[in-house]
Amino acid sequence: MDSPAVEIIDLVKRYGPTTAIDGLSLRAARGAVTAILGPNGAGKTSTIEICEGFRRADGGTVSVLGLDPARTELRARVGVMLQAGGVPPAMRCGEWLRLAARFHARPLDPQALLDRLGLAEHARTPYRRLSGGQQQRVSLAAAVIGRPELVFLDEPTAGLDPQARHACWDLVGELRAAGVSVVLTTHHMDEAEKLADHVVIIDRGTVVAEGTPAALTGAERQLRFRARPALTLDELLNALPAGSSAKESPAGHYIIEGQVGPELLATVTAWCAAEGVTADDLSIERRTLEDVFLELTGRELR
Amino acid sequence: MTTANDRPAGTALDFTPAPGAAPLSRMVAAQAGAEIRAILRNGEQLLLTMIIPVLLLVGFSAAPLVNVGEGPRVDFMAPGVLALAVMSTAFTGQAIATGFERRYGVLKRLGATPLSRGGLMLAKTLAVIAVETVQIAVITGVALALGWRPGGSPLAALALLLLGTAAFSGLGLLMAGTLRAEATLAGANLVYLLLLGCGGVVFPLSTFPDAMEKALELLPISALAGGLRSVLTDGAGLPVAALTVLAAWAAVSLLAASRTFRWE
Repeated sequence: MDSPAVEIIDLVKRYGPTTAIDGLSLRAARGAVTAILGPNGAGKTSTIEICEGFRRADGGTVSVLGLDPARTELRARVGVMLQAGGVPPAMRCGEWLRLAARFHARPLDPQALLDRLGLAEHARTPYRRLSGGQQQRVSLAAAVIGRPELVFLDEPTAGLDPQARHACWDLVGELRAAGVSVVLTTHHMDEAEKLADHVVIIDRGTVVAEGTPAALTGAERQLRFRARPALTLDELLNALPAGSSAKESPAGHYIIEGQVGPELLATVTAWCAAEGVTADDLSIERRTLEDVFLELTGRELR
Repeated sequence: MTTANDRPAGTALDFTPAPGAAPLSRMVAAQAGAEIRAILRNGEQLLLTMIIPVLLLVGFSAAPLVNVGEGPRVDFMAPGVLALAVMSTAFTGQAIATGFERRYGVLKRLGATPLSRGGLMLAKTLAVIAVETVQIAVITGVALALGWRPGGSPLAALALLLLGTAAFSGLGLLMAGTLRAEATLAGANLVYLLLLGCGGVVFPLSTFPDAMEKALELLPISALAGGLRSVLTDGAGLPVAALTVLAAWAAVSLLAASRTFRWE
């Protein structure tokens, strides 16, 4: 039980001339929720599908529950939710879950799982007639029905309405509380911040940052406001306490970081009055994972 | 006031990990059951596996549309239609269903369950054999009602049916595992029609020119239809030539399928 849920060292995956994953390393702890966050094309799905045993690595080592992902004994211990599809379109969703349950020694009750995920009245509906959100929930249910130790969820909330997203988040929380290890991919920062014990931000096939959401976004808060572009910030920087920073990013958007408190706020507003600047949308907030990603890569996450 | 949102969230579920694979027999039985229900639920498949063979049997036995030589027409028709039934399920139906399972990621998803690929193939084979059993029962019943009085060795007939099933399954999986689902759909139906027309099912091979007849005899459908006819209608012993042709098709097609099959 000492091995981590997933351990990846220097993973490389190429598709023809394209290197999709380029020396990626990460570790997902047992019993924790690990979110792999990154823009489309960053290599999230390739990484998770190598862990699921669907693809072979071209380089590096991957171990899942301490084993080679190709080992068949993992199939019973690991639950998988594909990004899309995987269910025969004509099959009724209750029938699919009963089938999935029959592959396992001590499965959850399919009917209870349907109830829990709000699918009870659709048990006899063919999969193809379900909405996108309902289809996602069927796939999620099939991933957990075998009472796995570890589940891989590839973009579990993509295309879900807010209510269905929250139902999915609740389920992930319950899995974690029950001691199940969860590895999920997402390009929603709020999802990673809300769900994950550990966030791994990847871009262009490699890890650009990782840590707890709090560590990544920093304990520091920042003050933001909007004003006319290209203000000269020298006076402000002189007035701010040491260790503070002020910058314009993007044009017309100003960010002041440092010991954000009443004094700093007073300093900024006094400077605004002196400069004749009207600060719009003045706010004090924490950095988001979106900010972190933008800083690290110079690009928007979505 | 109670609204939908106030309902309890359903039975408490214990997600505490308790992983384990079911016994192979239970997994295979469950998957085979799902495959059989899928075949029986699919209208087009049913048309192919049940309705067309029965209509051909009744129509061509009743009306003198083709010259089938001596004896009651049903004696010629019944073995041919049995061969057609095997081809429709093992080849056409299986190729199309498996092709679309591949397209929809079902084969990939099943690969992440404790059911092994060998177990999945076993389940598919059992489902094909179960559906063929129903087909053979219905077709034989109709043929008997039309006056068919089969003779010959049931074991020889069974050997032909099993080898025919293996050969057609191999060909179907070869298509399904390599072509796009749409190409498999079109191709499997086209091959079905061609083999129905040129494989000695309802038109005797003797109606073709001699050189062509020799070549057509090497088709799996001709070997199965001709073999069944020689055993069931003519009461011949073990049809070695037909069994050899079917065994060769089975070996080559299953080997090629296992080498080339793409699961996603």
